[in-house]
Amino acid sequence: MAVVKMRVYRGDSNGGKEREYEVPLEEGMVVLDAIHFIQANYDGDLAVRWNCKAAKCGSCSAEINGMPKLTCKTRLDSLPLDKPVTVYPVKTFPIIKDLVTDVSWNYKVRKMIPPFTPAKDTKWVMYQEDVERGQEFRKCIECFLCQDVCHILRNHDKKNEFFGPRMFIKMAELEMHPLDTLDRKEFLRGQAGLGYCNITKCCTEVCPEHIHITDNAIIPLKERVADTYFDPLQWLFGRSKGSPKQ
Amino acid sequence: MEKYETHTHDVIVIGAGGAGLRAAIEASAQGASVGLVCKSLLGKAHTVMAEGGVAAALANVDAQDDWKVHFHDTMHGGKMLNNWRMAQLHAQEAPERVRELEHWGALFDRTKDGKIMQRAFGGHTWKRLAHVGDRTGLEMIRTLQDRGIHSGMDVYMECTITHLLKDGERISGAFGYWRESGRFVLFKTKAVILATGGIGKSYKVTSNSWEYTGDGHALAYDAGAELIDMEFVQFHPTGMVWPPSVKGLLVTEAVRGEGGLLTNRNGERFMEKYDPQRMELSTRDVVARSIYIEVQEGRGTPHGGAYLDISHRGAEYVKKKLPSMYHQFMEFAEIDITKEPMEVFPTTHYMMGGVRVDADTAGSTVPGLFAAGEVAGGMHGANRLGGNSLSDLLVFGRRAGLGAAQYANELRDNTLKIDDVDLEKASQEMLKPFENAEGENPYTVHQALQEAMSSYVGVFRTKEKLEDGLEELQVLKDRASQLRIEGSRMYNPGWHLCKDLKSMLIVSEAIAKSAHQREESRGAHSRVDFPNYDNEKWGTVNSVISKDNGTMKIGTSPLPQMPEELRKIVEGGHK
Ligand SMILES: Cc1cc2nc3c(=O)[nH]c(=O)nc-3n(C[C@H](O)[C@H](O)[C@H](O)COP(=O)(O)OP(=O)(O)OC[C@H]3O[C@@H](n4cnc5c(N)ncnc54)[C@H](O)[C@@H]3O)c2cc1C
Ligand code: SF4
Ligand code: SF4
Ligand code: FES
Repeated sequence: MAVVKMRVYRGDSNGGKEREYEVPLEEGMVVLDAIHFIQANYDGDLAVRWNCKAAKCGSCSAEINGMPKLTCKTRLDSLPLDKPVTVYPVKTFPIIKDLVTDVSWNYKVRKMIPPFTPAKDTKWVMYQEDVERGQEFRKCIECFLCQDVCHILRNHDKKNEFFGPRMFIKMAELEMHPLDTLDRKEFLRGQAGLGYCNITKCCTEVCPEHIHITDNAIIPLKERVADTYFDPLQWLFGRSKGSPKQ
Repeated sequence: MEKYETHTHDVIVIGAGGAGLRAAIEASAQGASVGLVCKSLLGKAHTVMAEGGVAAALANVDAQDDWKVHFHDTMHGGKMLNNWRMAQLHAQEAPERVRELEHWGALFDRTKDGKIMQRAFGGHTWKRLAHVGDRTGLEMIRTLQDRGIHSGMDVYMECTITHLLKDGERISGAFGYWRESGRFVLFKTKAVILATGGIGKSYKVTSNSWEYTGDGHALAYDAGAELIDMEFVQFHPTGMVWPPSVKGLLVTEAVRGEGGLLTNRNGERFMEKYDPQRMELSTRDVVARSIYIEVQEGRGTPHGGAYLDISHRGAEYVKKKLPSMYHQFMEFAEIDITKEPMEVFPTTHYMMGGVRVDADTAGSTVPGLFAAGEVAGGMHGANRLGGNSLSDLLVFGRRAGLGAAQYANELRDNTLKIDDVDLEKASQEMLKPFENAEGENPYTVHQALQEAMSSYVGVFRTKEKLEDGLEELQVLKDRASQLRIEGSRMYNPGWHLCKDLKSMLIVSEAIAKSAHQREESRGAHSRVDFPNYDNEKWGTVNSVISKDNGTMKIGTSPLPQMPEELRKIVEGGHK
């Protein structure tokens, strides 16, 4: 039977190193299956997060051969198997153990985002074309892979000033909700640090839900913020049409 | 005993799926101080995986629909074993709960005139399932998560409850550990709401996640609550069969709801034989058994399943209505479902049985202990209709939140005590696998349990098989009492599995005992040796599991009497 060599990072906040395992290859096998095989047969304490094994819960993010991916969605036969497959925890968040990292920062900033705020007398009529934009963003499974690759978080560690792509699509979704009444532009520009994003689109490339994070969320948000803060005429014009949100 | 953290709340909700979140939101709204505890990160609970939709008689697409038809369908789906009051409240309140989600920001698919869209599903007379493509559960959990984090509750993520603590008869606390550090934590509380979901991990082929080890069922049982109808385990007719690594992964019923056709290897649309009227939209128990029989009788597909085909609806439609299914087959099986059929076979999916609760308050027989969602029994009787679970979570999640907050408020002076001896016992039990020098690998025992449940307590059951199964479970219990694990307490899945095994063994025994007792076939429970309904004897009782002097007792209790006006609805025609 064909065998795959897996090099999995083992360690915690005190450091660690990769360990090599041999795993028998079964048809259709994904990286998470290999990890589970290792748990059941070699190292019962190998730490990994997962829930659905169907690319729906966003728990199982890791860096496979250096690429941020969902381990449950990455088939081994999609990787070059003449070399060992490396599996590392995502880099942007502090390691807890093995493949598990501390992503609590994401929960902290998410809580700071002003929530959906409809008007009191809302009639609750919406048309498919009005909800479709928001629906794209609501496909997000919070795998935080986009947060992991964004260089502003990954290389510059601007966690105090920059909420990251996941949070921008969250805010885009609220801003574009046809029945929301709140204005989050000041928040986006200020606390959330939208201005730091320089549209490299790395986030979009890794999104397993194929959300067009940059084109459909971040750029339109940037335009809104720019219109408001740097073009008062257009802002006034926009307001006078009666709708600040189109 | 080592040092441990203590947190104090009025209400502790165990589980952050749809039921737990909805319960926590309600209890907070009632002014209770709420702690929400979950094994995984917030927003990852099983509910996130639900696809097809949430059932509610909104009558947006089929104007004839109303709660009475929904009630009628639910009782028939459950083969009349449902708690009628739960089915009634569920049908009446589901529309309001769905609209409320919309008011909290959910973006459901829309009808042409701007209302919430609804689709057809098995066993539902009208188009009744509100949905968002095939990711309804994600929409629901995200909406509740957003609402929840702004409702003032404290969330304890990656924290597992292992024991409930009582002061006399009353609940007074919950004990557990942090996944990250393995350190212990104590929650002092007046009320506990169990919302821990299902049990699928006892079986080999399942659509369920690692969390589905029946913890809530086991915690309730150990605390002295009753479990009802544990023989009714739903095998969803359509799980993936290929490739092996995704065996069991769900193919949503929405595929059939949107017009998917089932055929065998000879190209016959075999549902004509089993339910000519409803065909593919028959109830899950019937479709699962039909596929099973086709394969048993040699008419299966190359990978041992049935074909499910939606390609005739056109690529555009399929990608729009079933986007996740399209990607799932493309990515995992390299099959383009807009062009080719899928291969499917039954997979363990849902637990109808669970903690016996009062319909109005969700209170169990133990004071201070409440339960809602999949861990609660009664609502779905012998078989759950698709879409009725997501609505169940909302309706009874809210009612559990209300019930628990009210109970906690009435218990004004909190003099509830935690017994140190109980705490010490709980901690020792947890630490034992580290101390066993000899002993077995928990993963090996888990595999053996899954094999046993699949062979002895699967889709088709007989007296002999169930007796063999019960014997095997005794052996496994002994093996599980001597587990050994490596490493430290820090984020140690092997260690966590030791505790999960305890829950799975309790639940498995309860299933096998209940299945052994019920000598008839009804809904999801098929006894080859008793193939028919026995309405005289078994049509009038729930099975009841309880703990009696440390051993598991099985018995029955009569179904609650349905009021006349509801009986008329149930006995009336479909419309
Ligand atoms: C693939 C799939 C598709 C489905 N599609 C549909 C559908 O379309 N429509 C429908 O109506 N139903 C559907 N269902 C069923 C439905 O999703 C579930 O029944 C429902 O989500 C259960 O919700 P819950 O709130 O009871 O539990 P869950 O959402 O499973 O939440 C359980 C929670 O309990 C926590 N927990 C468990 N044990 C412990 C412990 N010991 N300590 C602390 N926390 C604990 C977990 O961490 C989790 O947070 C589907 C199910 C699956 C698997
Ligand atoms: S586009 Fe912006 S948010 Fe996305 S990775 Fe680049 S800098 Fe980060
Ligand atoms: S936007 Fe995409 S990459 Fe980012 S968290 Fe959501 S699903 Fe993951
Ligand atoms: S396990 Fe859920 S996304 Fe991978």
